[in-house]
Amino acid sequence: MTQLTIISVYLGLLLFLGVFSSKMFRGTSKDYLLASHSIGPFLLLMSLFGTTMTAFALVGSTGESFKKGVGVYGMLASSSGMIHSLCFLVLGVKLWSWGKKYGYTTQIQFFRDRLESDKIGILLFPVLVGLVIPYLLIGVMASGTVISSITEGAFQNTFAAYDYGIPPWLGSLVISCVVLIYVFFGGMRGTAWANTFQTIIFMVLGVVTFFIISDKLGGMQAASEAVLKKNPSKLTRGVDQKDEQNYEKRYAGWEKKAEYLYTVKVKGNALTPDETKQALGKFKPRMPDWRTVAKTAFAFQNKKEWFSELTIKDKSKARILQDDRLIPDPFPEEYTKEVIDAHGLTMLKRRPLSEIKKDAHRKFEKKIGHPNEFLNPKDESKGKKWSLKKAEGVYRATTWAPQKPIPIPMLAFLTYMFVPLSVGMFPHLFQHWLTAKSANSFKLPVVAHPIFIMIVWVPCVLVGTWATSATLNGKPLIPPHFPPNAVLAYMVKSLAGPVLAGFLTAGILAAIMSSLDSQFLCIGTIFTEDIVLHYSAKNKFTDRQIILMARLFIISIVALTYFFSLQEPRRVFTLGVWCFSGFSSLFPLILAAVYWRRLTKPGAYASILTSVVIWCSLFYKSNYAANADFLFLEMMPVATMIACSTAALVLVSLATKPPGEETLAKFFPQKT
Amino acid sequence: MKYTVWGLVALLMILHQDIWFWENDTLVFGFIPITLLYHAGISLAAGMTWFLAIKFAWPEDLEDDASQTEERGASA
Repeated sequence: MTQLTIISVYLGLLLFLGVFSSKMFRGTSKDYLLASHSIGPFLLLMSLFGTTMTAFALVGSTGESFKKGVGVYGMLASSSGMIHSLCFLVLGVKLWSWGKKYGYTTQIQFFRDRLESDKIGILLFPVLVGLVIPYLLIGVMASGTVISSITEGAFQNTFAAYDYGIPPWLGSLVISCVVLIYVFFGGMRGTAWANTFQTIIFMVLGVVTFFIISDKLGGMQAASEAVLKKNPSKLTRGVDQKDEQNYEKRYAGWEKKAEYLYTVKVKGNALTPDETKQALGKFKPRMPDWRTVAKTAFAFQNKKEWFSELTIKDKSKARILQDDRLIPDPFPEEYTKEVIDAHGLTMLKRRPLSEIKKDAHRKFEKKIGHPNEFLNPKDESKGKKWSLKKAEGVYRATTWAPQKPIPIPMLAFLTYMFVPLSVGMFPHLFQHWLTAKSANSFKLPVVAHPIFIMIVWVPCVLVGTWATSATLNGKPLIPPHFPPNAVLAYMVKSLAGPVLAGFLTAGILAAIMSSLDSQFLCIGTIFTEDIVLHYSAKNKFTDRQIILMARLFIISIVALTYFFSLQEPRRVFTLGVWCFSGFSSLFPLILAAVYWRRLTKPGAYASILTSVVIWCSLFYKSNYAANADFLFLEMMPVATMIACSTAALVLVSLATKPPGEETLAKFFPQKT
Repeated sequence: MKYTVWGLVALLMILHQDIWFWENDTLVFGFIPITLLYHAGISLAAGMTWFLAIKFAWPEDLEDDASQTEERGASA
């Protein structure tokens, strides 16, 4: 309950800030959308940084380093430090000057002018909004997960199905509403202020979280040494031989368990009570599901005939069922000749998550309860009752195939460099650029951005890596197959006291909300400016009406995003990378629009359409981001997207008529 | 100097591909993995490079350009 109170107070403070900044509102749509170009260096730094560091940076980076180790920092953080500032410098300043000079509020207005094309807006509008939605989704989804994990056990009798905490759907809903309210009240000025406030909060609390967690894990040295001992691959981008051997051993054990359970469940074999007694008698260690492990060992030693009867098809089926995958129909011929391997398993679809959860709850029925109550009140050493989430985690760890340590391929690492190029085309960032008071306001963000990224990402990546090997009271803190999105919240909840956990959660939510606000405002802006006002008669709408329309559009997009957030979750990091890749594929367009005189309208259309087609087909190939490690031609999909959109842009531009003299004089004046 | 700054940016991009630390699990100061420390260093170096960029490669003309247009607009 303490955490819930702190989070509520924090959200209340934000609302107050939004209302307060509305007192400074000058009543014009220019002030509402661009804060009347009044934002100085410090506010610009904080709002740009707060906007780019979303749930992706805190929740996503921790979760991804839990899966892939410290290489995640090089993959996105250090490259973002270079590329983001590069974009601010080579694109931001130039676009700001044109925005101020020609009165642009949105990217589409600039493209319409630069490409001498009215219709480009019709094409770009759905593409930009379509790409902002997954970006919003990251924040909405992560906020629900974080609040739900942290408030676990906060209520005595309510929300039992959500471990007596706030359900993720409610957490996401509350956060969306709070951000909507302060954006509606404060507009861009309120957003810039709230971003600054929240960026300070999440940076300070992020560093505090890091020291508290490291302290609870016995110090930074002990936490890192535990990883070196148990999961050395997580400290590199390769796979340590020890990890590989360890995995093979665990996988072989898992295969035996799968076959044993198959002979029992499908073939109807069973150990007699006497044999069961013998099997369980001396078996150690008594980890979760130790009984099955013990019976498997006994059966393989004493019931060899059970296993010799199994055909290759049976053995493949045993593995598929044990890994909770659906048996393909028709059954692939190859798996009747050779037993399916770990890679083959990952290619098959898993059973619906809801069914798997039900099985987990059934399996650990006796242990599940209110997470604040003891399993045995007379013997507190047995620990507290399990939450549903814990039961699901233990189920996955004891049922599914162990995870193969996967290296980060060099070509994938290299091509990750293209992902941060997305900031060049983020519509919300464009709008933030235009709020700058002067070109000099950009200097501080350009220099400080990479350093700020380091301050936020290094602790998150270390915490995620430590989570792979951390123990609490001698037991692993986080089991394998744990949902990556929940790693940070779980670490905070398990290792910090309730008061601190409340504050730290406020910090995590601050990072999430400081991006959501800009995105909300931006989609409202592009709708009113690029569609409503552009296609209606001049002075048809008053400023108040424009703002109202912007708000209604924002609400409808947020409602749509919220609906998506209720579907089967994806990894925040994976979803983020797909969304950023889409924006990156449009980077050649903005770069050429600013620096290449020869860019033509057909060239721009070709580039956008190519990006859309390639993005959609690769997204489909990745099973709609369900395959988190999807590569195309051994590279990140973004590399192909950028290559194709650039080729289309250059070839079609060169083959078509150059832009008119007037446009060239406007954007590329001769230096005198 | 402008070209030196852009040369430094290109150098940073190359140094970012640290294949030499790919499989190195050394813990520097007993707690920080060497690859993470190296890339944190890249972030710091990026900050310094961008500092040089705003000193020596800043597009001064843009500021004047935008202000002049705004002044013209105000006096019109």
